[in-house]
Formats: sequence, structure tokens, C-alpha cells
Amino acid sequence: MTDVIGTPILEAPVAQGAKDQHMVLNMGPQHPATHGVLRLVLEIDGEIVVRIYPEVGYLHTGIEKTCEAKFYQQVVPMTDRINYLDPLSNNLCYALAVEKLLDLQIPEKAQWLRVLLAELSRLNSHLIWLGTHAMDIGALTVFLYTFREREDILRLFEAVAGQRMMTSYIRIGGLAMEPPLDFLDRVQAFVRTFPEKIDEYANLLTGNPIFKGRLKGVGYLSGADAIALGVTGPPMRASGVDFDTRRDMPYSSYEKFQFQVPISTYGDCWARYEVRLIEMRESVKIIQQALDGMPEGPVKADAPKIVLPDREKMKTQMEALIHHFKIVTEGFEVPAGEVYQGIEAGHGQTGYYVVSDGTAKPYRVHMRYPSFATLQALETMCKGRMLADVVAVIGSIDIVLGEIDR
Amino acid sequence: MSAQDRFIGKGAVLAGIPEHPAIKAILAWNPQALSDACFDRSELTLTIVADEIRGAAATVQAAGYNFFEDMTAVDWFPSSPRFQLSYHILSHSLKERIRLRVLVDEQRSSVDSITQVWPSANYYEREVFDLFGLRFEEHPNLRRIMMPDEWVGHPLRKDYPVEGYR
Repeated sequence: MTDVIGTPILEAPVAQGAKDQHMVLNMGPQHPATHGVLRLVLEIDGEIVVRIYPEVGYLHTGIEKTCEAKFYQQVVPMTDRINYLDPLSNNLCYALAVEKLLDLQIPEKAQWLRVLLAELSRLNSHLIWLGTHAMDIGALTVFLYTFREREDILRLFEAVAGQRMMTSYIRIGGLAMEPPLDFLDRVQAFVRTFPEKIDEYANLLTGNPIFKGRLKGVGYLSGADAIALGVTGPPMRASGVDFDTRRDMPYSSYEKFQFQVPISTYGDCWARYEVRLIEMRESVKIIQQALDGMPEGPVKADAPKIVLPDREKMKTQMEALIHHFKIVTEGFEVPAGEVYQGIEAGHGQTGYYVVSDGTAKPYRVHMRYPSFATLQALETMCKGRMLADVVAVIGSIDIVLGEIDR
Repeated sequence: MSAQDRFIGKGAVLAGIPEHPAIKAILAWNPQALSDACFDRSELTLTIVADEIRGAAATVQAAGYNFFEDMTAVDWFPSSPRFQLSYHILSHSLKERIRLRVLVDEQRSSVDSITQVWPSANYYEREVFDLFGLRFEEHPNLRRIMMPDEWVGHPLRKDYPVEGYR
């Protein structure tokens, strides 16, 4: 079978995989434990998993293609919708990539606020992971607790951005606007109580014999396999690979913060649980440091042709009005070139590859999202194990289908 | 080398940062494989001859660039060569990233797969095959990943309309 330009369409290997002794089982795309629309075609021998063929693309919306038809600043809202659990990290990564192309200096306060918001976003992502992962295993209560704290974080997002999930708050050249006056106090109040909430989750889960039994020794991934299969973020660090972009290739003034990068060498689902739990505690420390040392100054770069002017200035200054009109109607031209910007998001290493041809629209925007690569390791982690462990492993690698399919 | 340095062209890069581990490894392996180079915005881009990409990938892997991070294509339609493949390779020990670039003619439309070097390239090559229509030789499972199997055309090509064919 070929398509119109003569490219052969290859058959799915599953078609020949159904042998007498092995059963082919379809899991998803509507299965509740697949965290969205992941479809797994499992080849099982009794209860033992022999092969897994993940089928993705059910959520493919062609965001990369759409970006090519938008101005640079119009791409920001699209980045929220890719990984909807960690929106500010997506905004941050895209903004950093375009700022690198523009060679734009960002004020210190904006950089620190970006760090603070990215860490809040990471907590948001980890809370959803913890709740849904525990729910998959059968511990339904934790979900209610984590969503209680997630609600607090979403209210903080609403306070700064006006939106709970699709924030679009980090813009090219800084932030969309000054945060409200009481914002830092509200974050402080949240940070003060949050560590005991983490203890609360740990009390519910760490000593729980069922939770332990379902996770310990399940879904083993060696460090060499993690690197070979492109696994990043907490699953990679749980396999003993000591690399964190925040510490090793710092961006947005992360080099000014002190924090530990948790590592485990066990490489199983339990190690991933422990690593993420410590990561949440470290995020709280980073947020506390950001609150303590928050510098003064503007939150937008001094680049009138790129950054939208303040509303007040537009009402009084002709220049500002002209710049606003120009940016909104024509966008701004970005020097030709190609850049890749990587950051450490909640799920792992996120990267934006932006190619500019010198016009106001990006020539190509490609997003590297951690879940897409991590999914390749699923078979290695599940092979030879019981079918029920697949659910535990999917929960432990924390995938978001929005970022796989884009 | 600092963030302000900018070297465009193979000669300038070789004169400017001759001690770079990736460049040294590639030159020691096969000087002909490196057709162009560029160091811009603190990012090193090495353009590799299309036939040599698998060897170049294995060479930089041996030189310490152990992690395959990302790979995608850019369609420069209507200019020729039409496609550019960009491989982003990260080094955990050197804490640095390089970009390998391969230019592919439209008539050629087939490149060696690097899944033998990094198995993680599997999905990325499938994605490029699906959305750009470039084929990868010796790929273990080259079929569409995003679009339905019976889809006609390759959406990320520049001659494919944004709103699709109606």
C-alpha cells in the first residue's frame, strides 16, 4: 500500500504478531489508567507481558504546523495547551528560545518570578501525578488531598495570569504584567503550609503495604537503558543518572538557587515515587529562596518594539500606542537563525527548537517533550512482568498525552 | 569560547574553537564528513554529509555526547537541498549540547537511521517520516506515528496548506 506520492505505508507489526499461544489485548484509548488517550496493544502470554506497541497520535492537533502561521507572540498561548499540567514551564521554554534568537536581556525580577512560577508549576504537575498514580494503584483518598493543594496553586495562577490552567503569563521579553500586590504573601502562605501536606501524603502512602507491594521492584529500568531510550526527568534520576538541567545547564538565573537533585539507584516505580516526593520538597525550598531574595525592578525587558507597552502608557504616549499597534498587527521581526533551548520541566527535559528566517513568523517550531521519549521505555520496563504492573508503570513515568501527540 | 563569540563557516569554527571535543572527534574519524560548521548564540552546529550521519552519531557518542535529546526536520521549500535534519545531542559529563545537521535533497529522501546508535531516535524518526515524508534506512519500525495510517501527504511540508486539503 502506498500514499499518493508513492511512500509505502508499512503495516503495523501487530498484524503478524498474533500467534496461537500469545493473546493480543487492546488497552485504551479510553482506559482510565492510561492518563488520556494512550492506546497500548499488548501481546500477553497468560498474564505475562511479552510485547507492548504503544499507539499514539489520537490527540495530534498539528500545533507545530499551526505555529508556522502565527506571529511569535501568538505562539505563547498554544504552548499552554501542549502540556496542560505544567503550563508555565512551556511558556518559559518558548520565551527563552525566542529571547535567545532576539538576544534580549530579561530584568532580574522577571527571571526570579519565572523561577518561582516554574517551580509552582512543577508542584502542580507532581501533585496531579501523585494523585492519579495512587488512584491507579487503588489508594483513592490521596487524589482528594493532592487536588486540594492543586486548587491552591491554581488560585495563585489565577491571581497572576487571570487563568487557572492556560496561563500564558510568561511572555517573550518578561512577564505579561506585574503580579498583584499580595501575590508574594499568598505564595508565602502556601509555602509555609505545604511541607506538612507532603508529610501527609507520605504518611498515607510510604508505609502502606499495598502501595509498597505494587511499586517495589516493579518496572525496573537501568541507567544505561534510560539514556539509550531517551528517558529524562525523575524517571532518569530514579535510575541513577545524575543530571538536572536546572543545576547543570542553568537558565533564567537558576544558578543563584541552592537545591539538591534527588537520585536513586533502584530504578523501579518506588524509586520514582521517592525521587518525585523529594523533588517537591526541593521545589518548596527554591520558592522560599525566590521569595526571600526577590529583587526589585521591572518585569518586562526594555524593548519597546518587542514587548507590549503598559496600558497606562498607551493612553498618554503616542509612541507607546504606535508600538502597540505595530506589534499586534505586524508582529516583530526576529533575526534569522536556529536555537534550541532546553529546560527541566515537571516531567523531564523539555526543549524548543525555533528556526527563524528573519520574518515576524517562526519558520519552524519544534517541541521536544519528555513523555514522547519516555514512552519508548515502557516496553523495557514491563516486559516479562504481570499485566497489572503495566498500570503501575504508566503511572510512575507520568505521561501527558497532550505533549506526546502535540 | 564565550557567549559573544560567533563563528560562521567551517574555516572560522576550526580556527576559533579547534579544541572542541566534538569537532576533534569528527575530524579524527573522517574529515570529509564535516561539510560545514557554525557557532552562533553559544550553540555549535556541525553539518554532516548525508551518507555519514550514522558514523558521525557513533563518533560524537564515543566523544562523550551520550544523550540523544531531540531530532526533527526543517523544510526549506522551494530552495535546494530541500530538507534539513537537526539532531540535538547532549553530553551529561560536558554539560553541553551540539547540533548535527544533515541536508537532504528531495530526490534522495532517504537517510540512514541512527536507531542503532541511540534506540531513542526511533519515535523521532517515525515522526519525521510521518510529517515530512523522509525515509530512514534500516529503521526497525518505520510507519506513521501521529497521522492515521491511510493519511495522504505529509502535513509539516511547506507545500501542505495549514488548514489541510478540503
